[in-house]
Amino acid sequence: MKIQDFRQVNLREVAENKNKIVHTFGALAELGYEVANKGNFQETIRTSLHLVLGSLGIMRGGVARYSRFEHELNMLAVRGLGENFPLSLSLCYEDERQFLTNGLHPIEICKASVLPFFQVYDRTFETTRLQLMLPLVIRDETVGAVVLGEKATGEPYTSYDKEIICAMGRHIGGAIAQRNMLAELERRSDENRKLYENLHMTYNDTVQAFAAAIDCKDKYTEGHSVRVGKYSEIIGTELGWGEDEVEGAAVAGYLHDVGKLTVERKIINAPYRINAKESAELNKHPAIGFEILSPIHHPYTDVPLAAKYHHERLDGHGYPDGLYDRQIPYIAKIVNLADSFDAMTTDRPYRRRRPANEVFEDLQRNSGKQFAPEIVSAFFRGMLKELNGESKKKEFRKLLGREFMETEGLAISLKNALNGMMPTSKLTMIGLD
Amino acid sequence: METQFTRAVPTENKTAVVFAGDYLNKLTGEKIERECKLRLDEGCTELVVNFSQTEIVNSIGVSILLGVIDSAANAGARVIFSEVNEDTVELFDMLGVSKHAAIVKTTSNERRTTIE
Repeated sequence: MKIQDFRQVNLREVAENKNKIVHTFGALAELGYEVANKGNFQETIRTSLHLVLGSLGIMRGGVARYSRFEHELNMLAVRGLGENFPLSLSLCYEDERQFLTNGLHPIEICKASVLPFFQVYDRTFETTRLQLMLPLVIRDETVGAVVLGEKATGEPYTSYDKEIICAMGRHIGGAIAQRNMLAELERRSDENRKLYENLHMTYNDTVQAFAAAIDCKDKYTEGHSVRVGKYSEIIGTELGWGEDEVEGAAVAGYLHDVGKLTVERKIINAPYRINAKESAELNKHPAIGFEILSPIHHPYTDVPLAAKYHHERLDGHGYPDGLYDRQIPYIAKIVNLADSFDAMTTDRPYRRRRPANEVFEDLQRNSGKQFAPEIVSAFFRGMLKELNGESKKKEFRKLLGREFMETEGLAISLKNALNGMMPTSKLTMIGLD
Repeated sequence: METQFTRAVPTENKTAVVFAGDYLNKLTGEKIERECKLRLDEGCTELVVNFSQTEIVNSIGVSILLGVIDSAANAGARVIFSEVNEDTVELFDMLGVSKHAAIVKTTSNERRTTIE
């Protein structure tokens, strides 16, 4: 060969190498962009495989994700491997150890027959003409593998090819590791959510059990706490409160009479109007309820306040502290109305339940004196919605019975009551200012 | 049957012509691959991929074309890449694509068959 010919060959090689570098680096840049863009994971992996195959002109290959629970390589994307190629490839402990030790370097399949993995899948790799396997080891963890067939040129893989494959494998491995991390985060967050739901359910069950225990003490007011809880819930909903707040209102209703657990049964069940001494004893129950509920870490902080102040009145004639309007916690005002309404609409040892129209007149008359007007309005609205069929729930019917809810002219009475309600009362304005 | 990508050529040896777009990337490439597979399933024995409108073929495009070649080989069909520009011919030569398909350059009508 003449020197001139040699130079020409050399220049051609340089030009070819330059083109090759430009092409492979273009693919590498595109892969980096694809992985960084964090689109659809499956799509990213499919594109990544295209880029690896296309950058070096490789006829076939696949990308797998490693499941450390199943000890399997699960194929995420394959090209040219045929329909019979297994979707999962099992790994034994020795394979896992060897892949980890090998790190992110291509393994020539024909030279790796000592490993159980290559012995097991020897036939599969032979028929699909796979030549290289790149374990995707990222931060000392095997996250997957890339398997590659022959090059279209028919030439063996060069060290340059292997460098490019490693660089691309690092990107793909990174994408899989990131995906694994996200899946793990999702799993933990799901576990936490379930744990929270269980705790929440346990809390609600405990509250309802307590309510039942309170009501057991009084044979005449059986179910009272549960009903007060339900009415409070309806009022909270009508006031436009959020789901958690409404639930808090219900809990406050369920537990408002917890202090009665310490009051003698004979006073609670007295079949007559109790005397002053007995009344003083009974009137201690809000303060005792507060003492019982305060040390408990409720999700709703106002629950103990509802127990303590549910017998306060806007006009300051309530107990235990004789508070006025705005001094009374809002939740206590809700429970107060729910409690009073239930007392009026259930039989007591010394009197029968009162008729519906009479109850509404009472609530309306005492609105601004005992009850907060906007709470009375909210309660009336809730009942009217059920009567008009606007609300699908039949809560009032369940709590008050068919007879009460079918009282003639009930809806009209409610409408009139609502129309007659003042947004606030004179007393409210004078009370504190 | 003719579609956006193909033109049926009425010859005895069942040739189908598939047109690659201006830029052979994943989106267009996968459409072409599907089209080629469809033709092969219909019994086509010669598949012509026409690159007259194609300026650039990237790595994804190469991978897709290798897929077309593989499918054709499995179906016993012959693949011809026609009207390929100089840069793309160089790329095909460099990556060994030309070893598996007949290439016809744009500049001359001479058919450069590398595999017979």
